[in-house]
Amino acid sequence: MTGARPLIHARGLVKRFGDFTAVDGIDVDVRAGEAFGFLGPNGAGKSSTMRMVGCVSPPSEGELRILGLDPVRDGAAIRARLGVCPQVDSLDPELTVRENLVVYARYFGIPRRVARQRAAELLDFVQLTERADSKVEPLSGGMRRRLTIARALVNEPDIVLLDEPTTGLDPQARHLVWERLFRLKQQGVTLVLTTHYMDEAEQLCDRLVVMDGGRIVAEGAPRALIERYSTREVVELRFAAESQEKYAGMVAGLGERVEVLPDRVLLYVADGDAAVAEVHGRGLAPANVLVRRSSLEDVFLLLTGRTLVE
Amino acid sequence: MDGTDLAGRPVTRPRVPAWPVLGYYLTSYRRTWRSGVFTSFLLPLLTVLGFGVGVGAYVEQGVGGVDYLDWVVPGLIASTALQVAVLESTYPVYSGFHWSRVYSGQQAAPLRVGDILTGHLAFVLLRVLLSTTAFLLVAAVFGVLRSGWALAVPPVVVLLGLAVAAPVFAVSAVVPTDNHLTILFRFAVLPMTLFAGVFFPVESLPVGLRGLAYLSPLWHGVELCRAATLGVAPPWPLPGHLLYLAGWALVGCLLALRVFRRRLVV
Amino acid sequence: MVALVLPRLVAAAGTARRSARVAGRNVTAMKLSYWLLLVSGFLEPLLYLLAIGVGVGALVGDLTLPGGQVVSYATFVAPAMLASSAMTGALAETTFNFFGKFKQLKLYDGMIATPLRPIEIALGELGWAMVRGSAYSVAFVVVLVAMDLTTLSRGLLAVPAAVLVGFAFGAAGLALATFMRSWQDLDLLGSVQFTLFLFSGTFVPAEAYPQVLRWLVEVTPLYRAVHLIRGVCVGVDGWGWLLDVAYLLVVTVLGLVVAARRMSTLLYR
Repeated sequence: MTGARPLIHARGLVKRFGDFTAVDGIDVDVRAGEAFGFLGPNGAGKSSTMRMVGCVSPPSEGELRILGLDPVRDGAAIRARLGVCPQVDSLDPELTVRENLVVYARYFGIPRRVARQRAAELLDFVQLTERADSKVEPLSGGMRRRLTIARALVNEPDIVLLDEPTTGLDPQARHLVWERLFRLKQQGVTLVLTTHYMDEAEQLCDRLVVMDGGRIVAEGAPRALIERYSTREVVELRFAAESQEKYAGMVAGLGERVEVLPDRVLLYVADGDAAVAEVHGRGLAPANVLVRRSSLEDVFLLLTGRTLVE
Repeated sequence: MDGTDLAGRPVTRPRVPAWPVLGYYLTSYRRTWRSGVFTSFLLPLLTVLGFGVGVGAYVEQGVGGVDYLDWVVPGLIASTALQVAVLESTYPVYSGFHWSRVYSGQQAAPLRVGDILTGHLAFVLLRVLLSTTAFLLVAAVFGVLRSGWALAVPPVVVLLGLAVAAPVFAVSAVVPTDNHLTILFRFAVLPMTLFAGVFFPVESLPVGLRGLAYLSPLWHGVELCRAATLGVAPPWPLPGHLLYLAGWALVGCLLALRVFRRRLVV
Repeated sequence: MVALVLPRLVAAAGTARRSARVAGRNVTAMKLSYWLLLVSGFLEPLLYLLAIGVGVGALVGDLTLPGGQVVSYATFVAPAMLASSAMTGALAETTFNFFGKFKQLKLYDGMIATPLRPIEIALGELGWAMVRGSAYSVAFVVVLVAMDLTTLSRGLLAVPAAVLVGFAFGAAGLALATFMRSWQDLDLLGSVQFTLFLFSGTFVPAEAYPQVLRWLVEVTPLYRAVHLIRGVCVGVDGWGWLLDVAYLLVVTVLGLVVAARRMSTLLYR
């Protein structure tokens, strides 16, 4: 399949709402079988991009091809081959868990018998078989999310679009969702997801774009992005003072770069332990010291000067 | 109830605990009363015109020597009281338990179940009073109030309102889905409205159905209102009608209190 | 108009199928209490007929229609009850329920991620409302024939007429519901509906109204619906019924087009 046409192809893609430009000319190519991510804070334009790719939001400008087709003209045909897990669950509260899947499958023209069988398999896949005849209302947030993911798979899609798949879930529920998505990835399903969690992006994505203010600010594999934009290690220092600002000068020159956040100071260095020794050597006594590896969070901070989760 | 806590600080409760509860409903009513004005004045006016005047013109001999318009308006007033009382004590009460969960919020404050119930019922009766007073004014404009006894209509409809609102509170607190409330409208409120003497005398009903009409609280409310605006004696001795309505109110309140306790005190 | 609608109708080979699946969702969602609600919906016009037609009818006696026919008050009121119950049934499903699914439950946001198109969702909901409404109409016509308020052959014609009335109000309801912002707006719609119910030649012949009111009334959809069905059930005078049918067809098509347009704008943001 290498060298084949990308499943999603966008050039200069723009989405405007009145005077506000949500997506400001982005270029994206997603190839079959890869897990592709849009990483960025709230308001970066990720969801607007996803809605355009999902053929439920006409682009204001630019070129967009999904599965080689035009989303405005062939929207229905494209949507037949997409699976969508929207940011806000749109499950049907008047139906049971199982009925949600069967009824949704019917919207794709899947025969009732096949729909029932597929619903059973998918309930098993997302570990909801025991709740099959329950209504949606009493389900936990994690269960609803898993049901929405199962619903997105009911038409055996070529591409699965996941908009913030784990936002608002507790850590345990998140890991369960990740584990299921990882399995899909192993089965060769093309995944496109948005997230503002750097750990989610690092775990799931083969390749990602970092978005900010409607534009793409960096693109590549998670590890490669970190290597390109950040240092190997980061030292986080928390000083017991009201403002961290005055310590910035005192640690100057200790690393390739110093970032001051409202609650901590970050030193970007190759060797964290050596830098910590140096901090103490300068007679500074931070209340809290943490040495860690660089993450996508740091990439975003270095590129935009802001944090992902505010 | 008032006293001091372990740290010696005074423990306070509202003097009349149902007041702040009523206050809550009045506050939210402030935001929606505008559309209420439309329904309270315009719909009675249109009903009097469209039905009372319209059909009245075709009832040449009147009812028992009274013009059909004069005869039907007091019935419409009582039936408005019924509508408002039931509407205000179905979905809002159901919502208090299931959707807005107002009751659990109020229960977290130092209020007893009785206070919560009293406050909400008081609001419903206030709504009944406002709507029927509006209707009464419209009726006065049409000149169909033939006796000074018409001033007795407001207290009568409040009693009628309590007689239906209280038991309906109990029902709304126990039904499992809001569809059941629609069923209550279809099987209880609508038949009552149509067959309890509002539009035509119950005497023309078959005997069995007539008995059912006598059992309904609405018939008593209709006859009392009619007696008041026409200045005639009601079909039963006055205390009979009043006691019957009071009985519904009392039993309804006890039932509602019981059901509310069971649902809120777990 | 034709250029706008025709291609859609032709291109819509699969549309009917897909719309049926939207209706299918509603069948699946029917639970016991909803069934009871559905069946009891038939009761409403019957009760009105008995109370007003028979009860008040005893006070009114016979009526002379503009055509010179003398009929009982129940015979006069019954077709109006059929028309207004077709209106009420269609509007309940397409305003109240449709608004809830659209804006409250956000069900259609999930549906548009599938091959379904807004027009198909609208048609599916309308179709469902019509299945329900037609069942009521048939049952009510059976009662009318049994009570000797119309003849069997006239009754058979009244059913499609009532279904057309349902389609017109259902389509208009969908279009209106897309403009509703809150449940309060729906309350207002309910008041308008009640006003139509009072003044559409329902309880007294429209000829009895003052001239100005009469003109006003004659352009409202429920008046046309009552006029059509009364004509079918009691006796047609002239070709006025053609105007009624045309009026209701236009409302149906217009309602659907507006509803689908509005849904596209609101859903395909």
